[in-house]
Amino acid sequence: MITHNIKAGRGDFKRGIHPPAQKQLSKDNPVVPLPLPQKVSVPVLQHTGAPCDSKVKPRQKVTLGELLGESTAFISAPIHAPVKGTVAMPAMTTLPNGRHMACIPIQSDSDSPDPKHVWDDLISFSWPKAGLDSYEAVTIVEDVKKAGIVGLGGAAFPTHVKLTWNEKKPVDVLLINGCECEPYLTNDDRLMMEASSSIVTGALLAARAVKVKTIMVAIEDNKPESIRKMRETADGTGIQIIPVHTKYPMGGERQVVPAVLGREVPTGGLPLDVGVVVINVGTASSIACAVIKKQPLTHRVITVTGRGVKQPNNLFVPIGISYKEAIDFCGGLTQDAKRVISGGPMMGFTIGDLETPITKGTSGVVVLTEQDLKDSDELNCIRCGRCVDVCPLNLVPTKIALSSKYRDWSQAKRHHLMACCECGCCAYICPSQIPLVQLIRLGKSLLPKEEKKGSLP
Amino acid sequence: MIHVSPSPHYPGKSRTSSMMMRDVLIALIPCVLMAVYVFRSHAVFQIAVCVASCLASEAIFSLMRGKKIPLRDGSAAVTGVILALSLPWSAPWYVGVIGSFVAIGIGKIIYGGLGQNVFNPAMVGRAFVMINFPVALGASAYVSSGTGIHIITQATPLTAAKLTAQVSGLWPLFLGTCNGSLGEVSALACLIGGLYLCFRRTASWEIPAGIFLSVIILGGVANMVSIHKQITVLHHLFSGALFFGAFFIATDPVTSPLTPLGKWIFGIGLGFFIMMIRLFSGYPEGVMFAVLLMNGCVPIINRYTIPVPVGGPVPEKKVS
Repeated sequence: MITHNIKAGRGDFKRGIHPPAQKQLSKDNPVVPLPLPQKVSVPVLQHTGAPCDSKVKPRQKVTLGELLGESTAFISAPIHAPVKGTVAMPAMTTLPNGRHMACIPIQSDSDSPDPKHVWDDLISFSWPKAGLDSYEAVTIVEDVKKAGIVGLGGAAFPTHVKLTWNEKKPVDVLLINGCECEPYLTNDDRLMMEASSSIVTGALLAARAVKVKTIMVAIEDNKPESIRKMRETADGTGIQIIPVHTKYPMGGERQVVPAVLGREVPTGGLPLDVGVVVINVGTASSIACAVIKKQPLTHRVITVTGRGVKQPNNLFVPIGISYKEAIDFCGGLTQDAKRVISGGPMMGFTIGDLETPITKGTSGVVVLTEQDLKDSDELNCIRCGRCVDVCPLNLVPTKIALSSKYRDWSQAKRHHLMACCECGCCAYICPSQIPLVQLIRLGKSLLPKEEKKGSLP
Repeated sequence: MIHVSPSPHYPGKSRTSSMMMRDVLIALIPCVLMAVYVFRSHAVFQIAVCVASCLASEAIFSLMRGKKIPLRDGSAAVTGVILALSLPWSAPWYVGVIGSFVAIGIGKIIYGGLGQNVFNPAMVGRAFVMINFPVALGASAYVSSGTGIHIITQATPLTAAKLTAQVSGLWPLFLGTCNGSLGEVSALACLIGGLYLCFRRTASWEIPAGIFLSVIILGGVANMVSIHKQITVLHHLFSGALFFGAFFIATDPVTSPLTPLGKWIFGIGLGFFIMMIRLFSGYPEGVMFAVLLMNGCVPIINRYTIPVPVGGPVPEKKVS
């Protein structure tokens, strides 16, 4: 039996950093639906897990929300058509994380429902806050799976896996993550302000699926409007809105669970191991659409921002449009734009080709300019220990990074290499500009291979 | 043209290593001013000799290694000022030059330059000249009559206490109107600079706190069991290089531990050795040797203070 206390966190976690938030660029801009794109191209892998097999043929007509591909693997999520149109010849694309993946291009029909239609439907629908008892746990999970819902916070882990009830791992709290700790991004903030009812309904449905009574929404205290709006909407449903300190990486599961509940997620484990299921606010909203309206996940809110974009904004886009289309809609790149990032600047991936499609896990596009990226020379480590002072997981990043660099695996293991969550606080703070987290990532990918070879003691 | 690179893409607005070195130089200003006030031109002379020779040594050794000359990082200047401030006013010019040469060459470059050295370079240089020029740096070097500066007609407070059990007033010790090495005379000046460093987080506060803690405890015990009741804990704290060493020498990031726990152990151990040397050895003062001793312990402290990650250690994979 779980004997944890409910709500014993201090609203904060130890260490961490306070990077300039830069959210003022886009936080006051309401979400704008993109006009209907001429074509979209939907990658067959947009999540953590197995890629989908295509279920459509070239020249086939598809309607909005029609199944395009699915997989029989448990950890996978099907993909659906974000527009009504005609399937074109399959193509290859390179995802921001560097994987080459097939994608299904669709030429849209002029009479296809446009994103504005889908967005208006989302915000004007009267989402039920009570009387959800008729939805059984099993059907909720089934609907979520069919709708292809994945974590919209960035990791894109299939949500039905999280919601599947496991009798060995009892859950007592559902935590809705509205922290949005990455600098620049404001998509979750806007969603909470404009579509709070769908989030509340989605949270109530997810709670039914995992059979818990306690639902908490964690929101960083730099989003007072969202906190107020969510409190107002959640009134009477028993959902608790918990403001937490504004600090990076508050949105990480290993930080937000201790901050809200005072429970430490074991290294190598999941929040599930301490009786918590964490889902993002965007995910909650799409759960509501999937269960109540049987709508698959085909659109999402993204933030297009940074000083390299002429008019930073929050957009509601069909999945599969290119980064270029989103940026062009926001006035295009400025002259001095230098780096285009999928996701936030702390953990996002840079993209080299602006024709890359936006996927379910894309929370935003941040374009940084030359000025933002003042690159300076890397110096020797002076062992100041700043990285130790900021590491949210209490590691010694400099030792891990340097032992990864020099392939000293016994030292790397002694310093708990594989416990690193790659948040990047260490590289951010390092006064010698050592790419600490980059080196640690290298070590994390090499160590298992070395171990497999059996060359390690 | 757009760029591709791994995350994070957010260059920290935090300070760089050279800015940290500049911070140390700023924090040393009160000590330098006090040294100039007390020792007049002698202080100016020592500082000029040591800084110039440290910069020259860094340039020569870097050229020999075929590296570009890293004078801009400011670390050689910091070593020079700290070395100068740890010398007696009367040290001849060649002591400063040889000390700087050894500090940079043997103390730092030989290990691979900034960040690689095990021992505090300034203290390596000072230990070298102290052993090789015992007369020029011994207790007698501090005393002279007929220079027109009143303070240096007396023995240094710790020497006086060691030999004749005489103590000076606490106020002169605290303010710095007493004899000693250039930078160490004023506890107040060191405190101002030291607090600035800790406040800026350029120095870790755990190290001086650990040193003071153990000096207060051991000094208190020594005072209780000793026949010389007039040497109190405050005399131990304000005399000698304790404040200077605690804030400026022990806090050198390169030669101190990485983790907060390690820093506490380092500080407490340092205070222990300072008191042991002061109480039981032939030297009146022990900061230099204590720092070198504890520097040698840093790798082992780092090894045994690896923090437990949040969520516990990485689980061992089951052997299938």
